[in-house]
Amino acid sequence: MLEMLETVFNWIQSQYLIWTLIKILLITIPVITVVAFYTYFERKVIGAMQIRVGPNRVGPLGLIQPFADVFKLLLKEIILPTNSNRFLFLLAPIISLAPAFAAWAVIPFNDFLVLSDVDAGLIYVLALTSLGVYGVIIAGWASNSKYAFLGAMRAAAQAVSYEIAMGFSLVGVMILAGTLNLREIVLSQQGGIFDWYWLPLFPLYIIYMISGLAETNRAPFDQAEGESEIVAGFHVEYSGSTFAIFFLAEYANMILISGLTAILFAGGWLSPFEGVPVLGDTILGEGSIFWFLGKTVVFMFMFLWYRATFPRYRYDQIMRLGWKVLIPITLVWVMIAALMTVLGFVVRGS
Amino acid sequence: MKRIIDYLRSLMLLELLKGMSLTMRHMFRPNITINYPEEKTPKSFRFRGLHALRRYPNGEERCIACKLCEAVCPALAITIDSEQREDGSRRTTRYDIDLFKCIFCGACEESCPVDSIVETGILEYHMETREEGIMTKEKLLAIGDRYESEIAENRNKDAAYR
Repeated sequence: MLEMLETVFNWIQSQYLIWTLIKILLITIPVITVVAFYTYFERKVIGAMQIRVGPNRVGPLGLIQPFADVFKLLLKEIILPTNSNRFLFLLAPIISLAPAFAAWAVIPFNDFLVLSDVDAGLIYVLALTSLGVYGVIIAGWASNSKYAFLGAMRAAAQAVSYEIAMGFSLVGVMILAGTLNLREIVLSQQGGIFDWYWLPLFPLYIIYMISGLAETNRAPFDQAEGESEIVAGFHVEYSGSTFAIFFLAEYANMILISGLTAILFAGGWLSPFEGVPVLGDTILGEGSIFWFLGKTVVFMFMFLWYRATFPRYRYDQIMRLGWKVLIPITLVWVMIAALMTVLGFVVRGS
Repeated sequence: MKRIIDYLRSLMLLELLKGMSLTMRHMFRPNITINYPEEKTPKSFRFRGLHALRRYPNGEERCIACKLCEAVCPALAITIDSEQREDGSRRTTRYDIDLFKCIFCGACEESCPVDSIVETGILEYHMETREEGIMTKEKLLAIGDRYESEIAENRNKDAAYR
């Protein structure tokens, strides 16, 4: 029996396509599940911050609530506006969802758990996260509605402005790590919590988190949605499962940005106790996938914390912040990072 | 100079950190939610909810069809028809309150010389057809019979102030 299983397992491993498909499913299915519970977590956390209880009716502690929401959305009718461009209208949610999932291909969960260990991983991630905004723009255009169109315009302007700041803050990481491979970037941060890049690149770390918020269209940068001024922005005409896909894409993007922050600035799967005298020798000192997941959850929590705390930025304030504050600071700090490397203040990891 | 200091201070994100510490402190504060169907907020004995018509302890209905409530009603929600009963007393044949018109001001209750029409503390009720929104005399009397002890108790508490 065991031998038979082993032969089957070996056969599956030899079939490259099937094996990759299984690995893809092993990443996407947990991501979708986490998205479902992230919405629940969001409502609970924001509820607690506003001294409320949040959902507690469906199932124990309201834990079945996300599934109730999903089934409600899937069973609803998809309304196609009369004068919309149907092909683009239905294509837009898919375009915004696909990059959010595709980017997970290069995320290293630990030293060997990575779907594809490509050398230009950081460029790939940067390209895909900026592709997501096309879904928003196409949705706004295809809806043939003025509010959706305004939302799309805002999303486009915002994405262009914050892409630059985000790109430059990643340049700082590239300079210190000397590589574009995400796995090697993590390995170059070895040596404990003060060797991670958040400390030498502190301004870039803050700016990366801010522009990450802007990239995912989350509060306080949810101009594209703009509940109070332009109803729901780009997805005002969407209903049922098409809306659900936009929702899924937004939350998958948030998880992705949290994971990337953990990898680029917080040492990925490395343990914060590395090199600490007593704790570092126990199992806590070893890097593992749980450290990576824990750090991701912390950054995911930050997204909700910001949303519960800050009011929405005005449109011109967003542009001012992006162009006049964030980009100059990143430019300066990229120079400083280069100097730090040249003068040997930061030693490149192995 | 001041502008430069202000600019540098805003770069420290101090206001943002202050706001975030506030929300974080609130997160660990016990929440003030009342879980409605299981828990309820206390209700005043003067609460003006669903109407009722009361009876005297001997079973005789109090209403003498004086129509003061109909006259005072600002929303014109009350309709009363009356005629002489066989024993010679004046009684209503019809006493309708349209709940969709009623604004629950309590003027009918205040105007009533015999404490017949009252507003109870009932606030959880529903109707499934539009017709049910009109409270007839029978329905009002039935509510009065059912909640008489509660109604009487609330009137007693309020007696000193009337």
